[in-house]
Amino acid sequence: MAKKANGSGGPRVALVAGCRTPFMRQNGAFRDMTALELGRAVVKELVERSGVRSDAIDQVVYGQVVPSVSAPNIAREVVLGVGLPRDVEAFSVSRACATSYQAAVSVAEAILAGSIECGIAGGADSASIVPVTVSEKLSKTLVRLSKAKSLGEKVGLLTKLAAKDLLPVPPSPKEPSTGLTMGESAEKMAKENGISRADQDALAHRSHQRAAAAWADGRFAEEVIPVYALPKLEPALEDDVVRRDSTLEGYAKLKPAFDRRHGTITAGNSSPLTDGASAMLLMREDKARAEGLEVLATIKSWAFAALDPFEQMLMGPAYAAPRALDRAGCALADMALVDMHEAFAAQVLSNLQAWGSKRFAEEKLGRAAPLGEVDMDRFNVSGGSISIGHPFAATGGRQLVQTARELKRRGGGLGLVAACAAGGLGAAVVLEVQA
Amino acid sequence: MSDARGTFRADRPEGGPPGADGAWSGGSVSATTTRPTDTPAPAAPVQVAPPTGGAPEEVAPGLTIARRPDGVAVLRLDVPGEPVNTLKPDFAPAFGQALDRLERDGRVRAVVLASGKPDSFVAGADIDMLAKVTRPEEGADLSRQGQRVMDRIAASPKPFVAAIHGACLGGGLELALACHGRVASDARKTKLGLPEVMLGLLPGAGGTQRLPALVGVQAALDLMLTGRQLDGRRAKKLGLVCEVVPPPIVLEVACARALALADAGRAPGPGPARSLFSREGLTEAALAGNPLGRRVLFQKAREALLAKSQGNYPAPEKILDVVRTGLAQGQRAGLEAEAQAFGALCVSPEARALISIYHATQALKKDNGTGDPSVVARPVTKVGVLGAGLMGSGVAAVTCDGAGLHVRLKDRDPKAVGHGLAKVRGGLDQKVKRRRMTALDRDQVWGRVSGTTTYAGFQGCEVVIEAVFEDLGLKHKMIADVEAACPPTTIFASNTSSIPIGKLAAASKRPAQVIGMHYFSPVEKMPLLEVIVHDRTAPEVTATCVALGKQQGKTVIVVRDGPGFYTTRILAPYMNEAAWLLAEGVAVDALDRALVQFGFPVGPITLMDEVGIDVGEKVGKILLEAFGARFTPPAGIEKLIADGRLGRKNGRGFYRYDPPAAGDGKKKKAQGEGTKPVDESVYALLGVKPTRREPDEAWAWRCTLMLVNEAVRCFEEGILRSARDGDVGAIFGLGFPPFRGGPFRLVDALGAAEVVRRLDALARAHGPRFEPAALLRSMAAAGQSFHGASAVAPRALATPGGPAGA
Repeated sequence: MAKKANGSGGPRVALVAGCRTPFMRQNGAFRDMTALELGRAVVKELVERSGVRSDAIDQVVYGQVVPSVSAPNIAREVVLGVGLPRDVEAFSVSRACATSYQAAVSVAEAILAGSIECGIAGGADSASIVPVTVSEKLSKTLVRLSKAKSLGEKVGLLTKLAAKDLLPVPPSPKEPSTGLTMGESAEKMAKENGISRADQDALAHRSHQRAAAAWADGRFAEEVIPVYALPKLEPALEDDVVRRDSTLEGYAKLKPAFDRRHGTITAGNSSPLTDGASAMLLMREDKARAEGLEVLATIKSWAFAALDPFEQMLMGPAYAAPRALDRAGCALADMALVDMHEAFAAQVLSNLQAWGSKRFAEEKLGRAAPLGEVDMDRFNVSGGSISIGHPFAATGGRQLVQTARELKRRGGGLGLVAACAAGGLGAAVVLEVQA
Repeated sequence: MSDARGTFRADRPEGGPPGADGAWSGGSVSATTTRPTDTPAPAAPVQVAPPTGGAPEEVAPGLTIARRPDGVAVLRLDVPGEPVNTLKPDFAPAFGQALDRLERDGRVRAVVLASGKPDSFVAGADIDMLAKVTRPEEGADLSRQGQRVMDRIAASPKPFVAAIHGACLGGGLELALACHGRVASDARKTKLGLPEVMLGLLPGAGGTQRLPALVGVQAALDLMLTGRQLDGRRAKKLGLVCEVVPPPIVLEVACARALALADAGRAPGPGPARSLFSREGLTEAALAGNPLGRRVLFQKAREALLAKSQGNYPAPEKILDVVRTGLAQGQRAGLEAEAQAFGALCVSPEARALISIYHATQALKKDNGTGDPSVVARPVTKVGVLGAGLMGSGVAAVTCDGAGLHVRLKDRDPKAVGHGLAKVRGGLDQKVKRRRMTALDRDQVWGRVSGTTTYAGFQGCEVVIEAVFEDLGLKHKMIADVEAACPPTTIFASNTSSIPIGKLAAASKRPAQVIGMHYFSPVEKMPLLEVIVHDRTAPEVTATCVALGKQQGKTVIVVRDGPGFYTTRILAPYMNEAAWLLAEGVAVDALDRALVQFGFPVGPITLMDEVGIDVGEKVGKILLEAFGARFTPPAGIEKLIADGRLGRKNGRGFYRYDPPAAGDGKKKKAQGEGTKPVDESVYALLGVKPTRREPDEAWAWRCTLMLVNEAVRCFEEGILRSARDGDVGAIFGLGFPPFRGGPFRLVDALGAAEVVRRLDALARAHGPRFEPAALLRSMAAAGQSFHGASAVAPRALATPGGPAGA
C-alpha cells in the first residue's frame, strides 16, 4: 500500500488508454472463449488502438478471479499470445472483484518506484468456462494411486471411493471463510442497514437507464472494442445485459433470489454473471508525452482496505474511499464524478449510507466527520455493474476507463472510483483529468 | 539394439566394388539444392570437434574424419563455400579415399556420417552437373557411379549410421539409406524426402531400390511420386529413421547406435521391422508381397498417376517401372533399370523444362526485383490489409502465418471483418487438424492478427495492401485514407488485377510509394505474386514488397505497369480463344478436357466459372480498349451475363452447381469425383450447337499460342524484365503446363520460325488476332531464342523503379 499521494512533485502515473470487451451474459456470445482468450483480444486491441510502440511496454500485470488450471499465470500467456515482444515480463494478480484495481496499482507502483516506465494492466473472467474439479476425496485418491506400489494397495484405495466421490464439483459460490455466498452477504447488509426493496429496484432501474443512454449516445463506442468471438468469429459489439427498455415495475415482479420469504435481493437488482475483459495502458506521464501519446488521466491516489468479513462483507468502499481521498488531499465534494462497483444495489446503497453517516465515521473509521453525501447527478452516470455486467477481474478496468473518459468528455476534473471485493476487501482510486 | 533396422552385414555381397572409383557425380538431385555461389570459401571450414578425441583428419576439402576414443569415426561432410551440402562431381574421389582409410584403420569400429553445416545434412546432388549430360548413356553412368558409392557403404564391414539434422533430400537421403542406421533430429528444419520427381527425374543412387526395401512399396511410392518431405517424427513413424532425438544429441545417439551395431556383429536383416499384424503390414503383405498383389498395386498406382499427369510426365511412370523391376527381378536388376531410366530422364525435354523452372525460381529468390543489387528492402513488422474478402483474408493469412508478421485486417463493417478473420482462423485450424501445425503455434500466429473497422492500429503499418472491390474511385479513397492514417513512409500496395497502378498513383500524394501486389486466388495456395511497378515507384519500395512476398512464401516476379500487367494480359486472349472455340460449336467439357490433356490444371471454361464470367468480361473490355481488335470476344458472351450467369459464385455458369438430385448420386460417382455436368442450356443461349464433342489438341494449341504470342508482346514492350519471369509467371500464376517450361521456353523448344509459321496459318484460318508479334518475326529471321546463347535481350527501360536492367 502506497503511503503517499501519487505525484506531489515526483513522477506521475498516466492512464494513457484503456478499453474493454463488451460484457456478455454467461453462456452468451463468449460461451466458447476462455478468460485468457478474452484477455488477449482486449490487450491486442489496446496496443493497436493506443499506438504505443510495443517495445516501450515493460510489463503486463493481469488477473482473473475464477482460477484457470491451464493458464495459471494469465498475464504471461497474454503477452505471448498477442505478439508482444517476448521480453515483456508479466505476473498475475487476484484481489477478487478488485483485481484490475490491483493490476493497475501494481503497474503504477512499479512506475513510481522507477522500475518500469510503462505497463499494461487489466483482468478477464469467464463465467461460461469455469474449472470443474473432482471431489477432494477423488483428488487425494488419485495422487495416492500414482504413488501406490502394489496392485493390492491400488485396489484398496479404489474400494474406499463412493459413487458420490466421482461426481464433478463445480466452483463454489461460497466464501471459503464465511461460508456465505455474495448474495447472502448482500441480503444480510440490506436487512441490517434497512435498505428497502423499492430503493434497490430504483437503483437498478437507474443503472440500466444510464447505461442504455451511454450506448445510445455513443459514449461507449470508443472504449468498448468489437470482439470477434471464437469459434465462428462473429462480432460481439455491445453489452448484452443492458436493458434498453427498463421499467421500474419490471423489477418489482422478480422473486428474491437468496431469501425467498423475507429477502429483497433479486436477479434484477444484482450484477449478473458475465464474461468479459478490460485493459489499461499506464505510463509515466512525462514518458507518455515524450512518446507523443495523449494522456487520458493521471492517477492521483489509491487505497485498499479490509474489514471483518463476518460483519458486512461488501462495505469495502466505505473504508477504502476515505483513505484514497485523504491521500489525494481531496474531499468527496471535490469529485466531479463518483463511480462505485454495483455488486448489488443493496451494497451500493449501504456504502453510500455509510459515507454519509457520522456514526459510521466515528465508530468504524475513527473520523470526526462523515465523508459526505454523494450528489447523485455525479454518481455512476453511465451505469454500473448491475446494468453493464460484472466479469469479476474486468470490472475495475471498466470503471477506471469509463470514468476517465467521462471526465474528459465533461471537461476534466477529479473522479473517485471504488469497489468492494470478496473477503471484506475494498479498493478506491482518485483520477484526475486535465481540462 | 534388436530394434535396429539397419541392413549392415558383416559379409560383403558378391560383385561389390572393392573401392569407390571414378568420379562420383551424385546421381540424384533435390528441389532444395542451392546452386553454387560465388561466395569465397571461408578460410577454415567450420568444424565441430567431437567431444572426445584428437583433431579431425582432413581427407579432402570438405570431408574430414574425426576418430573418437570409443572406436567411432565421424565422417563429416562440409562442402566449402556453400551454405548447404550438395553432392558434387569432386565429392566421389574424396569419399572413396575416406572409405579406404576407414576400412583400413583397425581402431575404427563404426562410422557415423554427419554434416558440418549448422542446419542441413545433405540437400541433394548438384543440379548443374546434370545440365552437362547430353546423352542418356552419360546420365546412366552418373547414376551407376552414385550407386557404386552407396553400395560400398551398404556393404561395408563396419556399420555406418547417418546423423541427420536439417535437409536430407534426394542424394542426401539416398546416402542415408545406404547406411545401416539413421538417427534424425526432431527439429523443424529436418526434412527427409526424394523430390527428384519434381524435376522430372528419379532417385538415381539406389533410392528406388533401398526405400521400398526399408519402408515398404506403398510408402516408398508415395514419397517418390509426390516428392513429399517428412519431418523426423513422420520419418520415424514410417520406419525411415530408427530414432528421433533433439538436435544437440543427434551425433551422440548416432555414435551409440553405430557402436551397438558393431557389437552385435550382425544386425537384423534388411526390410521393414513393421509387424505383419499392423494394418499397413497386412496391406503390404497382401499387395506387394506376392506377384498378383503387386500387379494390382502397380496397376492402381499407374491409373491414379495417369489421371493426374495425363501422360505428360515420364518420370513418375519410370519410377513405377524401376521399383517394380527391383521387386520382380532383384536389386541388381532394379539398380540397372534405375540407372537406365535416370539416363533417359536426364535428357528428356520434360526434365529440362522442370529444371529450368527450378533454376528460375532459385534465381528469383536472390533477386530484389529492382535490377540493382544495392537496393535494400525496408524492414516490415506490420501489414495493414484493406478488405476482408476472399483475397484480403488470404493475404492476411499468408502474412501472419507464412511471413510471421502482424496483420491489421480492415473492412467496412464488423460482420465482414468477422468473416475474414474466420477464414484466416479456419485455415490455421485446418493445419492443426492435419498436424501441419501445433495448436500452440496456431495460437502464436493467431495472436498476430486482428480485425478492425477503423484505421486504428494502421499507424504502425509499413505496408498496406488493399484488396477492396475493383473500383478506381474506391481505391483512390483508400489511398487518401491510408495517407491520412499512416506515417509518410507507409507503402500502399494494390491487389488489383486490372487497374493500372499509374492510375491509382495519380491520386496519391506519395506516388513513389504506390505499387501493385497482385496475388492469385486462393492466396494461401497459389505460389505466384506479381509485383507491378509504375513509372515512379521507388526502387526501395519495390524491393520491400518483393521481400515481403518472399516472406509470405511466394515466388515473386516484378513487371511493369500496363493494362492487365503480365498474367492477366496473357490469360485474357487464352480465355477469349476458348470463347471463340465455343462459338464454333465445341462442347464445353470437351474443350476443358483438351486443355487439361495439354497440361493445364483446369480447363479454360471451368476457370471462367471460377473467376466469374462478369469479371472476365470486365477485364476483357479493359484490354480490348487498350490493345484493340485482337481482344474482341465472339458475339454472345454478353448474353450469359444478361442471363444472370456469373459463374460458380452465384451457382450459374457454364456448368451446373446445383446439388445433384437423389438419383444423380450414383451417376456422379461413376463420373468421378469433381466432375460436374455442363449446363446444356448454355448452348442455346450462345446460339450454337455443340457438334464437336471429342477433345482435339488443335484447340489447346490455339488457346496456348494466343497466350504465348501475347507473352512475347509483353516481353517486347518491356512489361517483363526477362523471359525467365515470363515463364515463371505463366506457370505459377496461370497453371501453364510446367513440363513445357513456360511460354518462352515453348517458343525456344519449337523455334521462333515454327511459332510464326503456326500463328500465320491460324491467322489465315481464323482471323488476324493470331498475327505474330513483331519480335517473333525478327527472332525467326535472326534465329534467336529467349533463353540460352542466342538469346534476345529484354527491352531496357531507364525508369528509376522500373524493371530495367534485368
